[in-house]
Amino acid sequence: MRQLVFLRIALGIALLLAVSVLIFAGTQILPGDVAQAILGKSATPETVASLREQLGLNAPAYVRYFRWLGGALTGNFGTAMSSGQDIATQIKARLWNTLFLAACAAIAAVPLAVILGLIAVRYRNGWVDKLISGLALASTSFPEFFIGYALVYFFCVKWPILPSISTVYDGMPFGERLEAIVLPATALTLVVLAHMMRMTRAAILNVMQSAYIETAELKGLSAFNVIRKHAFPNAIAPIINVVMLNLAYLIVGVVVVEVIFVYPGMGQYLVDNVSKRDVPVVQAVGLVFAAVYITLNIVADVTAIIANPRVRHPK
Amino acid sequence: MADSNAKPGQPKPGLLLDIRNLRIEATVYPPGEAPKTITLVHDVSLTLEKGKVLGLIGESGAGKSTIGLSSMGYGRGGVRITGGEVILNGRDIMKGGKEGFRKLRGREVCYVAQSAAAAFNPAHRLMDQVVEATLLHGTATRAEAEKRAVALFKKLSLPNPETIGQRFPHQVSGGQLQRVMTAMALCSEPDLIVFDEPTTALDVTTQIDVLAAIKDAIRDTHVAALYITHDLAVVAQVSDEIMVLRHGRLVEWGGTRQIIKEPRQEYTNALVSVHEIEHQEQNPGATPFLSVKNVTAAYGGGHVKVLKNVSVDIYPGQTLAVVGESGSGKSTLARAITGLLPPEQGTVTFDGRPLANRLADRPKEDLRQLQMIYQMADVAMNPRQTVGTIIGRPLEFYFGMRGRERDKRVAELLDEIEMGKGFVDRYPAELSGGQKQRVCIARSLAAKPKLIICDEVTSALDPLVANGILKLLLDLQQHEKVAYLFITHDLATVKSIADSIAVMYRGEVVRYGSKSKVLTPPFDAYTDLLLSSVPEMEIGWLEKAISGRRMASAGN
Repeated sequence: MRQLVFLRIALGIALLLAVSVLIFAGTQILPGDVAQAILGKSATPETVASLREQLGLNAPAYVRYFRWLGGALTGNFGTAMSSGQDIATQIKARLWNTLFLAACAAIAAVPLAVILGLIAVRYRNGWVDKLISGLALASTSFPEFFIGYALVYFFCVKWPILPSISTVYDGMPFGERLEAIVLPATALTLVVLAHMMRMTRAAILNVMQSAYIETAELKGLSAFNVIRKHAFPNAIAPIINVVMLNLAYLIVGVVVVEVIFVYPGMGQYLVDNVSKRDVPVVQAVGLVFAAVYITLNIVADVTAIIANPRVRHPK
Repeated sequence: MADSNAKPGQPKPGLLLDIRNLRIEATVYPPGEAPKTITLVHDVSLTLEKGKVLGLIGESGAGKSTIGLSSMGYGRGGVRITGGEVILNGRDIMKGGKEGFRKLRGREVCYVAQSAAAAFNPAHRLMDQVVEATLLHGTATRAEAEKRAVALFKKLSLPNPETIGQRFPHQVSGGQLQRVMTAMALCSEPDLIVFDEPTTALDVTTQIDVLAAIKDAIRDTHVAALYITHDLAVVAQVSDEIMVLRHGRLVEWGGTRQIIKEPRQEYTNALVSVHEIEHQEQNPGATPFLSVKNVTAAYGGGHVKVLKNVSVDIYPGQTLAVVGESGSGKSTLARAITGLLPPEQGTVTFDGRPLANRLADRPKEDLRQLQMIYQMADVAMNPRQTVGTIIGRPLEFYFGMRGRERDKRVAELLDEIEMGKGFVDRYPAELSGGQKQRVCIARSLAAKPKLIICDEVTSALDPLVANGILKLLLDLQQHEKVAYLFITHDLATVKSIADSIAVMYRGEVVRYGSKSKVLTPPFDAYTDLLLSSVPEMEIGWLEKAISGRRMASAGN
């Protein structure tokens, strides 16, 4: 088992390196020149040449890649071109904000999705199941910005009980911070809920065909206990997989929601700097997102390996 | 009939289970047709006294399991009990509702499934599953229940009874799991256990141990049982009475001795005498056309040796039967001969020349000469092709036949397998199990091979249907002069079809020769075990067989 887990982690690291190459190469292919961009209208051929020299842009691509990668590994992403601020410091504060929002959404969404999935299986093909599935699918089918603005309309305009802009700052009390993110967290929950719920339902239904489910029923267990004690533990691997995918989405895919609620997270940061064509920031954010995504998928795979009793308890 | 004049509402003293005029229905949804209701069980009545064992016997579709499960108020996959009464311990359980069913399941009636390997939850330790029903119904504390379970493990002669409960299902062999499942059923001290083919999925040598363990446990705990099986010889060892069922109707019900010695119905008689095909052994010819010489084969890049130095010969138009329990390397031998698993050492010679080791290196002509038939006929055919296409394919591939010529030959082949032209346009899903296997036989014959490898071809079939297939194979051998390599774990089948026999054990041929020679004493220890483990239709056979053994079976 240890070997399997180790292999999976090694694969994840290799994948992350490959992604870093892609991110670096992608930004190299883009037209335009960093020195040119920095100098703007005041650029003369001489000043551009000297700035290129100064920024080390004349070195071959692979040298610049390793220089960049080495910096990223030691927590140094360089400085933003547009603002001149240290990227790492910026990312640190914003990543924390994003993680906080994602965690709050996950704490609401994951148990809710799993419980709704269990209930849907318990009353499968009945009206409860159809109602749960219908509502969940409807909430997923609406685009995030629609849900976001609908929430703003109802809870900020019609019944003004919550703030429409999620401003947070350092040293903000925890309670206020929570209140500020209720709406974006709700929007995110509604977006990811259905996927996890449907997968939980499908994974458990798949297991419900097994002979050991009949054994449990013939012991006199109640329908819900059959699902909870006998079906759920065997459906855990696919459920964890989809949960992790959605957690990754919560962190990486929040761009739209963060923009709607003007929340100072990674997504907002990325969007701002894409519009400013600030390449080093975009690279750094891209790498952080890739790392989060790959890490969560490793966690999912490792959990699935550990959840298998055949691997955990070999003969 | 034993109890036809019981009056409703007046349970006899000592009567545990009284099923009256049971009617069970199910709704089927045939593709492209309106759903229709079919009746699975028609007005079946039975009674069972406390501590007695009633055997329910019949072919698949006879309604045995359905009747057995009705004693727990359970309908598998949308099956409904639509008529009659099920009176258990003096009350009609059909009137208790869902809550009533849950109270009796696992407490008054317990169930032992055919495949314990599938019936145990892979995610939980055995002990937790064994005591689950007892704890659920609150009949004992956890400590008491576990003590009871360990005592039962001992009684069922499981190895390490104190610690086996800490294991997970996949860490225990199939025969042991079946006994753990029996312990699980006995643990909550029920009045009735439904045994649903508890030994069918096991090797003969393992079956005998499990059977003996179940019989002892029933005797010592005075539990009553419904014992469901398709094997009359097995049920004769454990039952007080036997009920024969067919198509959901009662055929005959009587004491065990009467059923097996003096069956009154023709159908029962057919079941009793099912294994008696007379087959005169042929003398081996001068030269074999296929020789396997010192073949060693392994899986996993040479790590797991499954064939060790195996040598056998096959003569034209004769049958070599390969017998052994699961894991003995029988099917691997077939894979080595066909080139699916290239041997590491040794050679396979055909008509005096060596065959290429790998399937991909063999010319089409060699492929044609060796055909295969499999155990699972339904997965060996493309479900989207008609019978005509399936049988016609080798005609096109090997002989380039087209159009009318091919159709004519397909019709001839259908005649040979006794199925007729009407089947040309049918799909596999529309055929019965026996018919599917016949189509597979026709497909292999279409190539006009010298050898057909038959891998457990009758194992998934009911005894009477299997008999029909064996007779067909023997007839075809007469007409077509085709040789068979017949792989099976069933020694009765071997006696009916073989000219020579190879007994395999752990990858080696332990006994090899003509049928009469192999089946004549003195035996080596393993052949003796194998032969003595085949259930015989005789009361008291089990005890005799257990006491006369020289070697313990695998899985102990």
